[in-house]
Amino acid sequence: MLTKRIIPCLDIKNGRTVKGVNFIDLKDAGDPVELAKKYTETGADELVFLDISATEERRKTLIPLVREVAKAINIPFTVGGGISSAEDVKLLLQNGADKVSINSSAVKNPSLITELAQEFGSQCVVVAIDAKLIDNQWKVHLMGGKTAAKLDLFQWAKEAQDRGAGEILFTSMNNDGTKKGFANEALAKLSETVNIPIIASGGAGTMQHFADAFINGKADAALAASVFHYQEIEIPQLKQFLKEKNVSVRI
Amino acid sequence: MKIAIIDYDSGNTQSVLFALESLGFTGIITKDKDEITTADKVIFPGVGEAGSAMKKLQESGLDLVIPTLQQPVLGICLGMQLMCNTTEESNTKGLGIFEVNVLKFPNTVKVPQMGWNTIYNLNSPLFTGIPENEYLYLVHSFYAPLNENAIAVTQYGQEYASALQKENFYGVQFHPEKSGKIGAQILSNFLSL
Repeated sequence: MLTKRIIPCLDIKNGRTVKGVNFIDLKDAGDPVELAKKYTETGADELVFLDISATEERRKTLIPLVREVAKAINIPFTVGGGISSAEDVKLLLQNGADKVSINSSAVKNPSLITELAQEFGSQCVVVAIDAKLIDNQWKVHLMGGKTAAKLDLFQWAKEAQDRGAGEILFTSMNNDGTKKGFANEALAKLSETVNIPIIASGGAGTMQHFADAFINGKADAALAASVFHYQEIEIPQLKQFLKEKNVSVRI
Repeated sequence: MKIAIIDYDSGNTQSVLFALESLGFTGIITKDKDEITTADKVIFPGVGEAGSAMKKLQESGLDLVIPTLQQPVLGICLGMQLMCNTTEESNTKGLGIFEVNVLKFPNTVKVPQMGWNTIYNLNSPLFTGIPENEYLYLVHSFYAPLNENAIAVTQYGQEYASALQKENFYGVQFHPEKSGKIGAQILSNFLSL
């Protein structure tokens, strides 16, 4: 049976992990490669690296980092942040990334999804969507949530699928950082709207939240950052918990 | 040991090379016919779209070389699918090594299948020491139905062949290079054939 995936997310700046990494047993918690190894060993199903460097620095640091990560781990990983062309994607994939995630650049230029899917295959195109519930409507936001687009979450997800996206990474801005659980209603509706896998993001605080995202939110995967980085939730215990809740996981 | 990784601009060749290196081997990423035919082992990776991948193989003449190879050959993911008779993806004619036609998953399941699933009914030296029902990483929209070349089975809406073997030709739908320790063991088994 296909299992539900647990995905730690690492924010990267100038080749280093930033924000909220606090592993006691790591020599260098800022080293993304060390962290990637640690998560792989403890049972993460995939990893996501989100590069938040300025464009110039990213060019210098991201590709060597992707190579180092690809050498160090043997589970799939996605790279996101500032990707806006087929050329960007080609470089990342050639250096060992398995998937790329595109966000604002896809909203600004939806044909990028089509182009990437045709050139590299849908399996490596993750469309990340940040959305916020405003007046009962889920509005897509751009630039890390700073600007509101006119798009509706569900319409945009459908369009992304039709253009060849292989997966949707949905972050609820209402839930992100709250540790009060994922946006399960919107997730479930998203699952009915599209037939590609959905990664839930934003709001993880407890192990029960993950169970809820899989059971009520019908998500295929759940992504989180700080609960893993601060060891508030350990992946082996999380998977055991999910198994007891009859959620299919890889142990 | 000389290991050739076939390069036709459609593969995740770098990941395969890294996986070999972590097993203490190395490989050459090549589209050169002589390099490929003289290698001890040949790995035929592949991700992406079948029609354009097949075209690239034809452009380099490798579509005629691969079926004649005598040494152990391992097709991975799209590589495996291209070793079959046909695939429904862009109605592409394959290399015809495995006598099976690759079909698209019905939309009663999420397509692509993406993530970790189990393999069972293992029946090949490729799986020496691999217990039944271990998890492997898969990402694909098309599948090989059960057939006489099947050496592993996976369930996704229905049972399908997640690995194939005919004589010296092996094909796996999952990504051994991305499937943790079990995947590494399968790659290592292939290199020991």
